[in-house]
Amino acid sequence: MSIEPRSRPPQFALRLKRALGGRAGWGGFALQVAFVVVLAWIGYEIAANARANLETQHITSGFGFLKNTAGFDVSQTLIPYSGSDSYTRVFLVGLLNTLLVAVIGIFFATIIGFVVALGRLSPNWLLSRVAGAYVEGVRNLPPLFQILFWYLAVLAALPGPRQSISLFGGIFLNNRGLIVPTPIAEAGFWPFVIAALVAVVTSFLLRAHARRQLFQKGRLITIWPYVVGLLVGLPLLSVVVFGAPFTLEWPVLKGFNFAGGSRVIPEFVALLVALSTYTAAFIAEIVRAGILSVHTGQMEAGLSLGLTRGSVLRQIVIPQAMRVILPPLTNQYLNLTKNSSLAVAIGYPDLVSVFAGTTLSQTGQAIEIIGITMGVYLLLSLVTSAVMSFYGWRISRSLGP
Amino acid sequence: MKRVSLVLILALAAALSAQSAAAQTLKTVKERGLLSCGVSQGLPGFSSPDDKGNWAGLDVDVCRAIAAAIFDDPTKVKFVPLSAKDRFTALQSGEIDVLSRNTTWTLSRDTSLGANFTGVTYYDGQGFLVKKALKVNSALELNSASVCVQTGTTTEQNLADYFKGNNMKYEVIAFASADETVKAYESGRCDVFTSDVSQLYAERLKLSNPADHVVLPEVISKEPLGPMVRHGDDQWFDIVKWVLFAMVNAEEFGVTQKNVDEMAKSDKPDLKRAFGTDGNLGEQLGLTKDWFSRIVKAVGNYGESFDRNVGSGSKLQISRGLNQLWNKGGIQYAPPIR
Repeated sequence: MSIEPRSRPPQFALRLKRALGGRAGWGGFALQVAFVVVLAWIGYEIAANARANLETQHITSGFGFLKNTAGFDVSQTLIPYSGSDSYTRVFLVGLLNTLLVAVIGIFFATIIGFVVALGRLSPNWLLSRVAGAYVEGVRNLPPLFQILFWYLAVLAALPGPRQSISLFGGIFLNNRGLIVPTPIAEAGFWPFVIAALVAVVTSFLLRAHARRQLFQKGRLITIWPYVVGLLVGLPLLSVVVFGAPFTLEWPVLKGFNFAGGSRVIPEFVALLVALSTYTAAFIAEIVRAGILSVHTGQMEAGLSLGLTRGSVLRQIVIPQAMRVILPPLTNQYLNLTKNSSLAVAIGYPDLVSVFAGTTLSQTGQAIEIIGITMGVYLLLSLVTSAVMSFYGWRISRSLGP
Repeated sequence: MKRVSLVLILALAAALSAQSAAAQTLKTVKERGLLSCGVSQGLPGFSSPDDKGNWAGLDVDVCRAIAAAIFDDPTKVKFVPLSAKDRFTALQSGEIDVLSRNTTWTLSRDTSLGANFTGVTYYDGQGFLVKKALKVNSALELNSASVCVQTGTTTEQNLADYFKGNNMKYEVIAFASADETVKAYESGRCDVFTSDVSQLYAERLKLSNPADHVVLPEVISKEPLGPMVRHGDDQWFDIVKWVLFAMVNAEEFGVTQKNVDEMAKSDKPDLKRAFGTDGNLGEQLGLTKDWFSRIVKAVGNYGESFDRNVGSGSKLQISRGLNQLWNKGGIQYAPPIR
């Protein structure tokens, strides 16, 4: 008896079914569609309910309030701002303040975290115990307490404006902040900047050239004299040719405070120190876990090749540890950004303080304002995660297949 | 599958059952058996708890008067401490029935917040508190000073207007709560603390050396402080309004906590109307016939409450000033009970 080969079932329909519904097939797909529809309907119901309630009570809704005049001033603004600007500008001021403390905080927290982690892993008994005590102490206390502590500690240590500590006659430190002279751009400013940029770019090109010569032809070129000459010489040349790049506006004590100069407010410093040290404790543990996850054979092999402990760590162990470190590290960066909203406790004008605090009380439009604030934090978090994912992809690519 | 559908059903039920707060606050309060009253987080003279947790103050008395009028028991009140930032959201969402928290009556608050002001408990204004050691005698000498304020109040805007109008520069540091603001002022972070004058007197008591600080003579704004209720409930609005008017009228009539029972037996027509012997004004409000005597028995008349909380019988020692009755030189004026 001959066996008839079965005709092949239609491939496209099968693959579509698998793609849409997984192993559950068309039933699974139908369930997914139903789920999304129900979710969308719940969301719509909630929004419609909120809108109906707002209308019954005649509470103003909508985003028109963003154009109204704010009517209040802010102690630290990275862009020019006055009381007669709109709420939109207040939002931008708050957002920039949050970004400032978040970016600088992330930078310092990473550095401190790495240092403390390496300290904890060090064979030096005292160093590892001190680092361990730091981590245990700091990560177990709530961040709000730490922020208040640093603020009160900073304020209590500093004198009033009339008894300021002065450095070099032009820099003053008191409990209103650190006051430094402001540079005012003169005619020679842009040539100076361009010259500096050209010097930096040329230095990088020189470095790339030297590396290529070393790796491909074995020739060792010392480039540091050229780099130093460029970085010092080109800007100097522009100063000589075009004139001084800026003059300084010196702060002078007038009445209650200093007039002129720029000020770093103590609220910013306290928040920065508190957030950096707090997040650094968590980052230290993450880095330590990452380094411990690398096989000890790597360190032994490196040492047996004659490299120092520092070189092995830097060139061999930590690049491999980064794959383990990066995801939780991203978490800590997001935590730092969100913890910066505690700034309202010490009067630092971040986004939550000026927008979700003052603006909300003045306009009463809680839903819109909280919605915008949540959206902004979500956006910041997504951008941070995206950047870190890209960095992680670059590293895993360079580690080889 | 069963778990998923249960979650879905619960979510649907929650979304559908959230109803708008209809015009039935009095009914809700009676059913609950308690009045939910929004107050400050501790402002001596207006609303502050003592060491046993009992609330006292001018704003507290207004809430106790409302509770007495409804339940004949001034203790049937739940006090909800609120910061300046979340006081309005608490009222809008229905968490509290009345906001009695030294809130300034302004047009934007009367309209865009979905709430109504029912009257003025205290006519106030904004002033400045400075250390005597700075030797400042007037607010016009405060150019380039650092000023501490509480965020989310009319204070910030008035401050900006005043300094801009007088061409003076200043640095503003805004804190979330009054306690932090006062602490920063005390530590020297700022030279000036600005708020309503009554608050300045109250907060000065909390400082370690009250005598070292002086309130400057300038009053830079009008701050009529009064209770707030939600839009959409006219009956509740009338009740809260007339409870305060009853307290003021009681002082006008000369009815005090001590002589209520005596005065209730009076033959004078306006007293008979107020006490319910004549007519049924209390019932028209939705309360009982003896609403007036319940109120005065519970908290006294307006003058007694004022003296006890912020005036000569209290630590603040604020004089009646604008808050005196209209026929004695002030502007407290209540419409007639008839």
